[in-house]
Amino acid sequence: MDQFLFFLVAFLAIASAVYFVFARNPLYAILSLIVTMFSIAGMYILLNAQFLGIVQIIVYAGAIMVLFLYILMMLNLNKEDESKKANLPKFIGIFSVCILFVGMLGAYKGLTGKTTAAESIDNSVGLTKNLGRLLFNEYVLPFELASILILAGIVGAVLIGKKDL
Amino acid sequence: MGDVNTFIQQVPLEYFIILSTVLFCLGVLGVLLRKNAIVILGCVELMLNSVNLLLAAFSAYKGDGNGQLLVFFIMVVAAAEVAVGLAIIAMMYRNTRSVDVSIFNKLRG
Repeated sequence: MDQFLFFLVAFLAIASAVYFVFARNPLYAILSLIVTMFSIAGMYILLNAQFLGIVQIIVYAGAIMVLFLYILMMLNLNKEDESKKANLPKFIGIFSVCILFVGMLGAYKGLTGKTTAAESIDNSVGLTKNLGRLLFNEYVLPFELASILILAGIVGAVLIGKKDL
Repeated sequence: MGDVNTFIQQVPLEYFIILSTVLFCLGVLGVLLRKNAIVILGCVELMLNSVNLLLAAFSAYKGDGNGQLLVFFIMVVAAAEVAVGLAIIAMMYRNTRSVDVSIFNKLRG
């Protein structure tokens, strides 16, 4: 049952990611990327990392993807006018990605495919209560720095987006 | 929480490694093949997400919450990055009426 759920969600993630990479229309590509984000959120929930699952849905599927769609609609790019690339760079790109993939798989060659978690593993670690305790005890300074980073991001986006500075 | 999650006892960690590898390679493929700047930014997001998934899987299989907090901080940085990146793309579109990356070659020496 668990393996079936994993394969279902993994198939959904990979299929929508493939469609995202190869779709000609950017609007459909971004919509398919939303499906990928939701499947990854499903993976987090299967891993009992509920906090990350909800944050994935709120931040990625909710905020970032809507930002993408908003820019896409604002710039009126909903058409398939992507200029054709020459065949040689395309071939080189596919070839190098194949080499990367095979190289990464080769790095996992020693894995046996049987590494499951021990029975004694604490699987309440991804709940919001435990993560919040960790976040506000050990990671207070990075948390505050992240807020400054977000502020800098907002100011930067507004400055770049202004028409005449 | 009385019920035990049997998922991480049933599914090997290797499946997550393979899944993350496939997603990451798809992201790299998109960056190399596509010419639409918005789609390229989305491919970078896909790569970030595959790495996030791997970190969360390792964290869950180890029973250690620090990895999941690292994923949380990566998400924060990704949100800021997307906001600035999309602003840059909007500005490029305003100047050139296009988001095709092959015509942005003014910096070529």
